[in-house]
Amino acid sequence: MSYVRLVDVQKRFGQVVAVDRLNLGIEKGECFSMLGPSGCGKTTTLRMIAGFEDLNEGEIHVGDRLLSSSRKRFYLPPEKRDFGMVFQAFAVWPHLTVYENVAFPLRLRKLPTSDIERRTHGALEATNLLDVAQKSPASLSGGGKQRVALARALAINPDVMLLDEPLSSLDPHLREEMRFEIKDLQRQFGFSIIYVTHDQSEAMALSDRILVMRLGVVQQIDTPLNVYSHPANRFVFSFIGLSNFLDVERDGDGPCRVAGGGGTLPVSPPAGMGSRLSLAFRPQEVGFGTKGTVDGEVQRKSFLGEVVDYQIKVGEQSVRVQTGRRSPGPEAGETCHLDIRRPFWYPAEEPEG
Amino acid sequence: MSFSLKKGETFGTAQIILFLSIAILVIVVAVPVLLIFANAFWDNNGNFNLHDVMNVLREPDTYQALLNSVIIASGTTIGSTTIGTFFAWLVTRTDLPCKKFMKAMFLVPFMLPSFIGALAWKMLLSPRAGYINRFFMDIFNLDEPFFNIYSYLGIVLVEIMYLFPFVFIQVCGALERMDPTLEESARISGAGLGTITRKITIPLVLPSILSGALLIMLYSMAHFGTVAVLGIENGIYNIPTLIYERIHQSAGSFESIRTGTVLASVLVVSAAFIIWMQNKILSKGHFQIIAGKSFRPMELKLRGLRIPLLVACCTYIAITIVLPTAVIFLVGALPTYGMPFTWENLSLENYKFILFDNQLTKDAIFNSVSLGLSAALITMFTGVMISYVIVKMKVRGKGVLEFLGMLPFSVPGSVIALGVILAWSGKFGINIYNTVWIILLAYIARYMAFSLKANSAALEQVHDSLVEAARACGATMWQALKDIVLPLVRPGMLAAFFLIFLPSLRELTVSIMLYAPTTRTIGVAIYTLNEDGETVVSAALAGVALVLIITGQSIINRFIARTTKG
Repeated sequence: MSYVRLVDVQKRFGQVVAVDRLNLGIEKGECFSMLGPSGCGKTTTLRMIAGFEDLNEGEIHVGDRLLSSSRKRFYLPPEKRDFGMVFQAFAVWPHLTVYENVAFPLRLRKLPTSDIERRTHGALEATNLLDVAQKSPASLSGGGKQRVALARALAINPDVMLLDEPLSSLDPHLREEMRFEIKDLQRQFGFSIIYVTHDQSEAMALSDRILVMRLGVVQQIDTPLNVYSHPANRFVFSFIGLSNFLDVERDGDGPCRVAGGGGTLPVSPPAGMGSRLSLAFRPQEVGFGTKGTVDGEVQRKSFLGEVVDYQIKVGEQSVRVQTGRRSPGPEAGETCHLDIRRPFWYPAEEPEG
Repeated sequence: MSFSLKKGETFGTAQIILFLSIAILVIVVAVPVLLIFANAFWDNNGNFNLHDVMNVLREPDTYQALLNSVIIASGTTIGSTTIGTFFAWLVTRTDLPCKKFMKAMFLVPFMLPSFIGALAWKMLLSPRAGYINRFFMDIFNLDEPFFNIYSYLGIVLVEIMYLFPFVFIQVCGALERMDPTLEESARISGAGLGTITRKITIPLVLPSILSGALLIMLYSMAHFGTVAVLGIENGIYNIPTLIYERIHQSAGSFESIRTGTVLASVLVVSAAFIIWMQNKILSKGHFQIIAGKSFRPMELKLRGLRIPLLVACCTYIAITIVLPTAVIFLVGALPTYGMPFTWENLSLENYKFILFDNQLTKDAIFNSVSLGLSAALITMFTGVMISYVIVKMKVRGKGVLEFLGMLPFSVPGSVIALGVILAWSGKFGINIYNTVWIILLAYIARYMAFSLKANSAALEQVHDSLVEAARACGATMWQALKDIVLPLVRPGMLAAFFLIFLPSLRELTVSIMLYAPTTRTIGVAIYTLNEDGETVVSAALAGVALVLIITGQSIINRFIARTTKG
């Protein structure tokens, strides 16, 4: 049985369903990310686990402890859940020193003074903060503040660490560095991580598993590799990595034509998907081929360093292609033929509501 | 070549503007204040004389007034800070019902002039004639009044009612802007709501609490109206009322002016000290606690206390806002003070009398409106010029201007009034004493600080590159000012205009020291009518003033709501 369990969890704000029938199990020591656009319900889910929001339906357990249950009208307040949590805006207390910030949760637990000192020291050491222990956190950089927040969350040695977009207030280069520090701390202390982010590369780099969410509904829960290479639906495909979509038409089980002109496709979708479809592919998984594939015209060619980026017009639609900088390709204004190596098929998109 | 010529030209205009700005502030603000110090510390023969100053301070009357100012200001500050902080916490951090409405109501005392409030409380609680006192004495057959408003406690309570919004608004702002995750992270660390309030929330908003408290201290030390209405009856004087008393009674004798200037110097020094403390607190302890995105802050569930606290708040509002305001209008409708409020007794006669028949009150309304308009217009335009120099120009000597611009913040109204008397009653060949012009000059000096604050804030929003872009397009310095800067700071200028016009409508402290028989303002007329025993006429005029102020305030609120939306 999983360590953290969410069973049929639902959360409504007024008429809006923020999280709908969520079932989720997170293992001990796992790093689990929740990914999605803003407003998808990922932060609300994290806040329900933390105890800042109650539930309209369902239950949340950790190990053999019940945290929240709508049916039993039971709700353990956040201060009794013994989690570590790190927030986006750091939330370190400017009126206390770095040391006092980290010692705060330990003092609340009425531990003996020697224990408090030892564990605060340990947390500060693990986060490289010993030199600034007596300073005000206000004097530290963004990265420094986030280390204080991490140390404070570590101090009680929690089983579960909740991270709410902890890196998105940091500079890009610092972000990558902190990613690895968080991973190292996890290895060292062995806690589970529940990580909320809207940055897919962050989720990919850190996680054992990723949950992709949209409008309160789970789209896919899988390893980073599977989410990328076997996306469960059109939304997951478009949310993870760069993506192209071409609308295509088909008569019965005949060959597919690109809608609005651009030729006939050499590949066919599985049978029974209807007459209007979307063909999805990644810009990196296209090559320039010979006649008999999709016809296009190069509108723009830009050199981006390692890759060359093409904007290509196919009939009335437009797609993006990326090739290595050494492979030969057409110039702007020339016609070309596209060889789509890994096609994905989805039903034609309904107009978005 | 042309570049250096242009540079030379703007340098010239800059110098002229700087000189003009300094000249205005020196004449209007610095000279009167300096004259006060000169009069206090130098005797007739031009010798520096600290001995006389000490003698003045040792006189029982002056010593008592100093002590009273401290007692009243301390009591008011402690009371207002407690109430203001508590109400702010209540409307931002709990699940009290109708919080929005409560918050709006708690801000109402801001617009009510406190001396009109004091007048209302006098009508309700004066020892013999006050309506509430009589009511209780009749019912319970008491010989003693229920509560004597002519006392330290009475004065402090009335000042608290009108001053606590200073702390309330500061603390509300801090609590609302505070990043909720600061409290949430304490909660997840294992702290309950009580611990969080004590160890996290209160310490984080402490700078705002203290800064509001010092503002109240400053205001109360120099406050004239409430003490004049409620204290003089029982011989309770504070510094401003004693200055007024001395100047008023002795018609400008050397001794009285001496006492006045010494007391005024004490006021200026303590005000400067309070402002220095406030800046220190704000610069040192002001934490960056403002959040980006986040959820609503946690609300303490009041549970069983929810309804009792709601009732308590409503009672507070009813007693401190509704009751005094109603009493002003009702007494204004009586033929004589003391009659019961029955339908037969109430009429609009007094209101008709003051608006159409009585020359004194008609003059007062005309004077206040025209003085307010002129002071607001003049101060708005000079303020925008001076702020421009302070905020935008890189010229030498603007440090002087910054200092002079800060000076009015620490000069209380009664000091300004005394200063303009010293400066403009013939000393420099100009005698405008007893005319309306001296009041205008004093208003300009008093409200310049408001204008500088509003205009500087607006100008700081106008980035230099906007002007540079205009210059790059070929605009001259003046064209850039006219077409780019002026339209952008117009909201700030309008704000300055109203910030000056409305308070000057109800001004009392300055006008009371400067008025002549034909140059009464609304405030002076209300005060003197009341002193002369014309209570009902005075109440009717106070009612008219309240209507003017509330109408003006709602126009501004609507205007501000519109501009911030668009």
